Amino acid sequence: MQSSAFMSRKEIIGFAILAALIFLVLPAVLDNFRLNLFGKYLTYAFVAVGLALCWGAGGILSLGQGVFFGLGGYCMAMFLKLEASTPENTAIQSTPGIPDFMDWNQLTELPWWWEPFYSLPLALLAVVAVPVMFAFVIGVAMFTRRVGGVYFAIITQAFAAIMTILIIGQQGYTGGVNGITDLRTLMGWDIRTDEAKTILYFVNGALLFAVLLIAQYVRKSKLGRLLIAMRDQEDRVRFSGYNVANFKIFIFCLGAAFAGIGGAMFTLQVGFMSPTLVGIVPSIEMVIFCAVGGRLSILGAVYGALLVNWAKTSLSESFPELWLLGLGGLFIAVVMFFPNGLAGVWSEKIEPRLLALFSKKKPDTSAPDGAPAE
Amino acid sequence: MSNENSDNKVNGVSRRAVLAGGTALTASLFMPKNLRAQDFATADINTTGLAVTDDTVTIGILHSVTGTMAISETGSVQAEKLAIEQINAQGGILGRKIEYIQEDGASDWPTFAEKARKLLVNDKVASVMGCWTSASRKAVLPVFEQHNGFLYYPTFYEGLEQSPNVIYTGQEATQQIIAGLDWVNQTKGAKSFYLLGSDYIWPRTSNKIARKHIENFMEDCKVVGEEYYPLGHTQFNSVINKIRLRKPDVIYAIVVGGSNVAFYKQLKAAGIDPTEEGPIVLTISVTEDEIRGIGGENIEGSYACMKYFQSLENENNIAFVKAFKEMWGEDIVIGDVTQAAYLGPWLWKAAVEKAGSFDVDKVREASPGIELTTAPEGYVKVHENHHLWSKTRVGRAQADGQYEVVFETAELVEPDPFPEGYQ
Amino acid sequence: MFADYSMSELGAIFAMQGFAGLILFSVFVLMALGLAIIFGQMGVINMAHGEFMILGAYVTYLTSNVFADYMPALFGTYFFVAMLLAFLASGALGLLVEWSLIRHLYKRPLDTLLATWGLSLILQQTYRSVFGAREVGVSIPDWMMGSLPLTDLIEIPINGIFVMVLAVSISAAVYVMMFRSTWGKQVRAINQNRVMAGAVGINTEWTDRLTFGIGCGVAGVAGSAFTMIGSTGPTAGQLYIVDTFLVVVFGGAGSLLGTIASAFSISQAQSIMEFFLSGSMAKVLTLLVVVGILMIRPQGLFSLKLRK
Repeated sequence: MQSSAFMSRKEIIGFAILAALIFLVLPAVLDNFRLNLFGKYLTYAFVAVGLALCWGAGGILSLGQGVFFGLGGYCMAMFLKLEASTPENTAIQSTPGIPDFMDWNQLTELPWWWEPFYSLPLALLAVVAVPVMFAFVIGVAMFTRRVGGVYFAIITQAFAAIMTILIIGQQGYTGGVNGITDLRTLMGWDIRTDEAKTILYFVNGALLFAVLLIAQYVRKSKLGRLLIAMRDQEDRVRFSGYNVANFKIFIFCLGAAFAGIGGAMFTLQVGFMSPTLVGIVPSIEMVIFCAVGGRLSILGAVYGALLVNWAKTSLSESFPELWLLGLGGLFIAVVMFFPNGLAGVWSEKIEPRLLALFSKKKPDTSAPDGAPAE
Repeated sequence: MSNENSDNKVNGVSRRAVLAGGTALTASLFMPKNLRAQDFATADINTTGLAVTDDTVTIGILHSVTGTMAISETGSVQAEKLAIEQINAQGGILGRKIEYIQEDGASDWPTFAEKARKLLVNDKVASVMGCWTSASRKAVLPVFEQHNGFLYYPTFYEGLEQSPNVIYTGQEATQQIIAGLDWVNQTKGAKSFYLLGSDYIWPRTSNKIARKHIENFMEDCKVVGEEYYPLGHTQFNSVINKIRLRKPDVIYAIVVGGSNVAFYKQLKAAGIDPTEEGPIVLTISVTEDEIRGIGGENIEGSYACMKYFQSLENENNIAFVKAFKEMWGEDIVIGDVTQAAYLGPWLWKAAVEKAGSFDVDKVREASPGIELTTAPEGYVKVHENHHLWSKTRVGRAQADGQYEVVFETAELVEPDPFPEGYQ
Repeated sequence: MFADYSMSELGAIFAMQGFAGLILFSVFVLMALGLAIIFGQMGVINMAHGEFMILGAYVTYLTSNVFADYMPALFGTYFFVAMLLAFLASGALGLLVEWSLIRHLYKRPLDTLLATWGLSLILQQTYRSVFGAREVGVSIPDWMMGSLPLTDLIEIPINGIFVMVLAVSISAAVYVMMFRSTWGKQVRAINQNRVMAGAVGINTEWTDRLTFGIGCGVAGVAGSAFTMIGSTGPTAGQLYIVDTFLVVVFGGAGSLLGTIASAFSISQAQSIMEFFLSGSMAKVLTLLVVVGILMIRPQGLFSLKLRK
C-alpha cells in the first residue's frame, strides 16, 4: 500500500543507497577516467528518469527524447562555443570572433538567434525552455487530438529524424554533422581538466538528485496518481471530468525539461555536442535505459542508464563485435522476461526475501504501481 | 597489380606476407638498420610515462568496427595491422616490438572521444592510428590536445585544420580537387560542372573549393548546379533529371556511403553511361573499396581523383599489394584511404627514430621533413603543416572494380589546408 | 530557371520527372506493404522491417552467385528465382520470430517495438559476421540495366519499370489475398474482434503467425528488388525504416488503400520538391508536411475507426 507521505521509508532507503553509490562508492573505487565515464552515463539518467514518468507512469512512449536531450545540449554548446570563439582564439579566420564552423561556411556575422547565447543566464534558461517549448507544441497538437500509444511513438521518432537532417543540413548555423566541438571554458573555468570533470561529476549527481526529488514529488502528488489512472483507464478519468490532455502535456514537457538538463550536462562533461545524439538510434537507446531499470521506477531508471552504458563500454572494449548481439539480446530479454526491469526484479524477487530475512513481519509483495498497461 | 598467385593463401597473419613486405621495404630504407633495444635505455627514450617497456611499445588503433562506418574503416584497420606486423618483423622501433590496443569507435562520435581518452589516459599509448570521418576527428581532437597524444589520421578530408597533435596522411581538399579539375578541363575540354554531394561538411567544403577554382581560376568555366542530399539517401532520379536539364560537361560527385551505390546504379539505369558519349563523371569519394558495393559494371568509365590506386605499377606498391593480400585474403581490394592508413605506422617509426625518443613533443618536432621512399603511392614527405606532400592522380574505373591510372601530376602537390582565395 | 529551354525539352524533362515520382511511389509501396499488413492488421510494430528487407537482398546476392557459378546460361532469369527465395527466407524467419517473440507480446504493442528493435540489432550483427562489414555488390542481369528510349529526349530506366510492375503485382496479390481468400477474411475478422473471431472457430494464433510471415515475406521481396537501385549492407535496412513507418501511419493503419494513397502523395510531394529545391530541404519539408498533417488528422488519410 502506498503511503500518502512524500516518501515511504523504503523509498528513503532507496534514495540513500543511490546517493551513497553516486557520491561515495563510485568516486572511491573508480579512477579518474572511469569516473568521467560514469559522469557521462549520469547525463543519460536524466532522460531515463523523464521517460519513467512519461512512459512508466503516463503511458506515453516518446521515441524522440534525443531531440530534447540534443536541444538542451546544443543550447549549452552554443554558449560555450561563443565563449571559446574570442577574436584572439579565432584570429586566423576571415571573420574573427565567430565560431569556426560558421567561418568555414562563409558566414560573416553571427546569426541573430545566436546572440542571446552570449549570456550564461539566458543560455541556462534556454537549456530548459527550448526543449519544453518544443515539447509543448508537440504535446498540444497530439494530446488534444487524443493521439497516443503507437502513433505518438512513431511521430516522435519522425521528429528525431527531421531534427537530425535539419541540423546536418544547416551546418553554417549548427556545425553540421561534426556538431559543435572544441569547447573550452565555462566563465573562464577550464572544463577540460581532470579536476573540472570530477567536479562536473558531482554537479551532475546533485542535479540528478534534484530531478529525482521533483519526479518523486510528481509521482506522489494527485497528478501522479491521475497519470497512472489515465494510463490504465484513460476514458474513465476523462469521464470523471479531468482534462486528460493537459496532464499529458505537462508530464511530457517535464520529461523534455529533464532531458534538456541532461543534454546540457552531457555537453559540459564530454566537451561537445553532435547530431548523433539527436537521432533515432540514441532516442531508442534512451528508452532501453529506462526499460532495463524498470519503467515504473525512477530510481530504477538511473540504475538502468548506468548499467546499460557501463555494459556497453566494457563489452565494446573486450568484444566489440559481440556488443550489438548483447544489446539486442538485452532488449528482448527485458521485454520478454523482465517487463518491470531491474526494479521489478528487486521488488518482486529480492526485496521480499531480504525482508523475510530481517523481520518477522509478512513482506509487502505488491509492485510499486502495479503492472504496466495491458 | 600483382598477378602472381600465391601458393599458401591464408587468412589472418601470415609470416611470409610479413617477410615479403618487409624485405621489399627494407631494401630502400634510409634509416639506420638493426637498432637494438639495449642501445636505448627506456628511461631516456620515454620521459613522459608512455607505455614503453624494454622490449615493447604500445600504440592504439581507434576505428569503427561496428555501425555504418565499419564499411569504410575496416580497410584502414587492416592496413595499420599489416604495417605494424612488417615493422615488427624488421625488429620494431628502437628495438622495441609494437603492440597495439584496438578500440571500437562504433561509428559514434562521443564514443570516439571516450575511447581516445581511454587510450591516452589509461593505456598511455605512444601514438594512435585512427579516425575516419571528420566528425570523429573533431570529437577526439580536444582529447589529443589536452593529453598531448599523437594521432595519425588517414582520410582525405576538407582541410581547414592543422593540429600539432595530428599527422594527416590523407590529402586535404585542395590536393585532391584542383589537379583533377584542371585535368578534366585541359584534356577533355570540359567547361560546365554540376556539383553534387552528400549533405555534410566534407562534400560542402570540397565543392566550395571546386566552385571557387572553376569560377576564378579556370577560363570560361562555370558551375551549372550544386546540390546536396541527406546521408543515406537512396533516390536520385530527380537530381538525374536536373542534370539532364542543365547538360553539364562534368558531373562532379561527392556522394558517400550507401547513397553512392544508389547514385551510380540509378545514373547508369537512367542512360547516363560514363563509358559512352555524354557527361563525364568525376568523383573524389569512390575508392576501390566503394566500387565493391557499387559493382564495377555500374561505375565503369567514371573518373576518380585520388593520390593512390591499387593498380599503380611501382615496386613499392606491388610488394604492398602482395603482402596485403597474403595477410587479408586474395579477394581484398585496397583503396586510397587504406594506403594512407598504411603510411601511419611507418611515418611514426621514421619520426621516432629520427627523434631517438618516443616522447610526443620530440616526435612532433622530428616529424616535418620526414620522407618515406617506400610508400606504395611513391615518395611522400611530411610538410611543416603536418600534411603530406603527395602526387594527385586520376584513374578511370574499370568493370573489374580497379582503376586505370590516366594521369598523375609531375611534381608532388603541396598541402595547403587553409588555401588563400578559396575561403 | 527554364528560360533557356525549348518547350519540347521541358516537356520531356517533366515527363521523366513524373516518371521519377512514379518510381519513388513504387519504391514506397514495396517498402510499406509488408509493414502495412503487419502493423495495420495486427497492431504490431516491427522495427526489424528493414532487416527483413536486407535479408531478401542478401538472398538475392547469394542466388546471383550460385547462378553465376553453376548456371551462367540462366543468369538472366535468376532474379525471379531470387525474389521467390527472398520471400520464402524472410517469411520463414518471420514465422519463427512470431512464434518465439511476438506472440507473447500482443497485449503490449509498445513492447513489441522494443523487442523487434533488439531483433534488428541482432540481425545486423549477424549479417556483419556472415557477409562482412562491407557492402556486397549484387550483379544485375544485363537486360535489367540501362534505359528504354521512348522518344529522342525521354528515357525510362528499365529497373524503374521493373519496380513499378512489381509494386503493382504485389499490391494486386495482397489485395486478392486480403479480400478474396479465406485467410484474408479471417485476418479482417480478427482485426475487428479477436474474441468473437476465435469464438466462431478461427484459429487466431495460426492466422496471426501467417500474417506476420507474409508481411515479412513481402518485405523480403522488396529488399530483393531494391538491390537494383540501392546498396546491400548490414545497416542498409535502417535507411528505410522512418520513411516506411510514416507512409503506413500517414495512410491510416488498417487500410491498405490508405497506404497506397499515402505512398502516392508523399512520393509526389517529395519528387516535385526535389526538383525545385535542394535534396536535403525537400526531405525535411516532406517530413514536416507529413507530420503536420498527422497532427491535424492523427488517424491518417483513410481509417476505419479512430484509434487511441
